[in-house]
Amino acid sequence: MIDVQNITKRYGHHTAIDRVTFSVAKGEVLAFLGPNGAGKTTTMRILTCFMPATEGSARVAGYDCTDQPLEVKRQIGYLPETPPVYQELTVTEYLTFVGRLRGITGPKLTSALDQSVGRLELGSVRHRLIGNLSRGYRQRVGLAQALLHDPPVLILDEPTVGLDPKQIIEIRELIKSLAGSHSVILSTHILPEATAVCQRVVILNKGRIVAEDTPEQLSARLRQSEKISITLKTCPADCEMKLRAISGILNVLPGQAGGTFLIECELGHDLRDEIARVVVSNQWGLLELRAVSMTLEDVFLQLTRHEDHLSEPAEAMVSTASTERMDT
Amino acid sequence: MTPVQAVIAKELRGYFVSPIIYVVGAVFLLIFGLLSYLYVGFAGAQAIQLMQMQGGMAQINLNDLVFRNLFASMRIVLLLILPILTMRLFAEERKLRTFEFLMTSPIRINEIVIAKFVSVFLVYLGLLGLTVLVPTVLMLFSDFDWNPIWTGYLGMVLLGALFLSVGVFASALTENQIVAAFVSFGMLLTIWLISGLGSLFGDTPAGRIISYVSFMEHYERLVRGLIDTSDLVYFGSGLALMLFLTHRVVESTRWK
Repeated sequence: MIDVQNITKRYGHHTAIDRVTFSVAKGEVLAFLGPNGAGKTTTMRILTCFMPATEGSARVAGYDCTDQPLEVKRQIGYLPETPPVYQELTVTEYLTFVGRLRGITGPKLTSALDQSVGRLELGSVRHRLIGNLSRGYRQRVGLAQALLHDPPVLILDEPTVGLDPKQIIEIRELIKSLAGSHSVILSTHILPEATAVCQRVVILNKGRIVAEDTPEQLSARLRQSEKISITLKTCPADCEMKLRAISGILNVLPGQAGGTFLIECELGHDLRDEIARVVVSNQWGLLELRAVSMTLEDVFLQLTRHEDHLSEPAEAMVSTASTERMDT
Repeated sequence: MTPVQAVIAKELRGYFVSPIIYVVGAVFLLIFGLLSYLYVGFAGAQAIQLMQMQGGMAQINLNDLVFRNLFASMRIVLLLILPILTMRLFAEERKLRTFEFLMTSPIRINEIVIAKFVSVFLVYLGLLGLTVLVPTVLMLFSDFDWNPIWTGYLGMVLLGALFLSVGVFASALTENQIVAAFVSFGMLLTIWLISGLGSLFGDTPAGRIISYVSFMEHYERLVRGLIDTSDLVYFGSGLALMLFLTHRVVESTRWK
């Protein structure tokens, strides 16, 4: 549905995005993750034909963003960073304007409007001026605008900003319900959001794609070692040494609380039963033993912090990212 | 309703829900009425003088004494008032970030520019329509020729269209409405003063070309009651040029 090949955007000497390549299948939900200034919004603006790319090509639903912008715009529902609402209009007037702008008229417009208002629960504020609505409502009006013409492609720039926790969950459910029939790209810096809503995550940093995969595989791939956390009731001086003696253990780090240790083992070796046996036989009193899994948050920080290692072309990182490369 | 009509309708609504149109409209009509009153007053004073000199009833020419002066004075009024009407058109969209929405909607840039211009032009025509009240009232008390009045109105329509297109262009340059208004004042005053430069050169080819660029002589001919094709061409091409430049400016914001 969306096919982006090597797009680069430069503002003078500043390169906002650098050879970004990705694609979104029909019905897929993709998240752009990245710190501020990573190029998420720029990429979205290129896809929505707001600005042209300096190099490379972007296609949406088979139409080229440079050559057939009007066709592309018809296929897209776009929610920019700031909800694009006219304060002097009421919700109904605004959505009617949006519909007419997209060539929907008559009874079709009425039903599209009702559906969109219903989906985002705007019924109670339909006839109020947008200028008098709260930030959360404006955001929802912005989303209603993007969904109004039921476009096959949705591009949502931080769709849950400004919403309260209950609304965030509702919007996430809404986006999930759109998957399958719509292709969705959303940007966020709330990591659990990406895990909750998206099938695939693209992590951008300084204009480059540093990783692209499902949230689960991303965290799995970036684990250099299995990590196990244990808490002991008593820990004599030699316990650290005895733990190190177990074959396959790479490192034992004392934790912050007394009696807590973080044990690193070789990848693919689950040594939990071995560790438990050693602890029990030495009568140290095992209070807790658990495998530590890497959250998307850790992945994100790891990928965006070690900038020196990310200077190689982004594609290489994505396709052959090996654990050693991520380390060092 | 086509997208262009939708934008026009939305802009018109934008004008009538904001206080600007009411303030600007009131000031415009007040000044028009005040000027009319003053010129009619002067004409009356002259008529009394004539009566004392010649005795009996003197027929005064309202066309010459009132309307020509009134229409000539309207140049400065339009110059001061129209930029206030146009300043919001693009600047506000950019400030409120709705510009991006408009640019990612399935509507061409030239359609947006034309829709915005047409909306403010309709507002202006509405204001101008209200001023016809003045000659209508005067008609009840005096006899005058309506033809130069219609050409005067044609002049105000054309001059207004040109001023508005300059204002639309200025509004596209910035996201600050005050800056937009000020840039259009500056541009319009410059075009005005160019006629002075033209008269410095006198009746030379250079002088004639420079004078042609200013709207002064074109508007004056219409106010006098002359419809000359070259004047219509001047206003038409000026309008087209300004709208074309607006299109280029709006287009170029995509590349920044």
